Amino acid sequence: MFAPFLMLAAGLGYVVQSLPDGDPGLAGLVAEQLAASGVENPVTAVLLNFRGYDTLLEVAVLSAAIIGVWSLAVMPSRRVGAPDAVLALLAQILVPFMLLLGAYLLWAGSHAAGGAFQAGAVWAAGLVLMLLAGAGLPGALSHWPLRLLLMLGVTTFAGVGVAMMAGGGRFLEFPPGRAKWLILLVEAAAALSIGLILACAFRGGRPPEEGP
Amino acid sequence: MTEAHVFAMAGVVLFVIALHALVVHEHLLRKIIAVNVMGSGVFLVIGALARRTPGSEPDPVPHALVITGIVVAIAATALAIVLMLKVNEATGRPELPAPERD
Repeated sequence: MFAPFLMLAAGLGYVVQSLPDGDPGLAGLVAEQLAASGVENPVTAVLLNFRGYDTLLEVAVLSAAIIGVWSLAVMPSRRVGAPDAVLALLAQILVPFMLLLGAYLLWAGSHAAGGAFQAGAVWAAGLVLMLLAGAGLPGALSHWPLRLLLMLGVTTFAGVGVAMMAGGGRFLEFPPGRAKWLILLVEAAAALSIGLILACAFRGGRPPEEGP
Repeated sequence: MTEAHVFAMAGVVLFVIALHALVVHEHLLRKIIAVNVMGSGVFLVIGALARRTPGSEPDPVPHALVITGIVVAIAATALAIVLMLKVNEATGRPELPAPERD
């Protein structure tokens, strides 16, 4: 019963152990080109500049996931009644800090650990805490403004990439002089979209149709 | 055996345990959790193997892969849970229908 799994573990373990120690991978190449990338953190440079195409596709996968969730189910209605008082108080205290922390992580991504995905995850956690404490989106905002913001990340990233081609470069080729601000623009839009996508996925379905 | 290899072995063990859970359990939520733990094992392997650089700075490329991978895994889990709820609605039980035995 366990034999095939033990053999698989032994095989994978042998493969992992046989990898040489002291292999620099791509660290040297990244360190050489870091100055031209527009940011000082090597991970952010890899994510948003050197491997920007991968990140664009990751944001597109997130958009596809929320399209999938919205196609399959309608949002279950929230239970009526007051939410738990302790949870509501906790949300009131914590959520502003979480929104601020996400904004800081977004800015800090250029010189320290941080960036779009980290900020988006913290914002998503803050929004989920608000949803758990009983808050919801007012009906007027839950139609095209929400849909616009959900798709803003992938459209901004792809749009900036195409705009680079109009300037004479290749797709997603940031010129070293303006790379910092282009990366910040793309990261801000992506973080906003990521936070909203994850919170809407937590909610479990598309907003119900209004009207008679 | 350096610390990178110890963490990588831990990732392999996580992966295989979760693979066993994926195969053995019938309840769909347990399968979804098992796939998540398999993902965590893979991320641990990737992150640990990035630590093999001779200098003090780890290789940033695997870190970038794992960062986006974690967030995509969350979204994929959300989609999987909605699918599981649909299966539960359709068949009444959160398990895949058992194959017909001849």
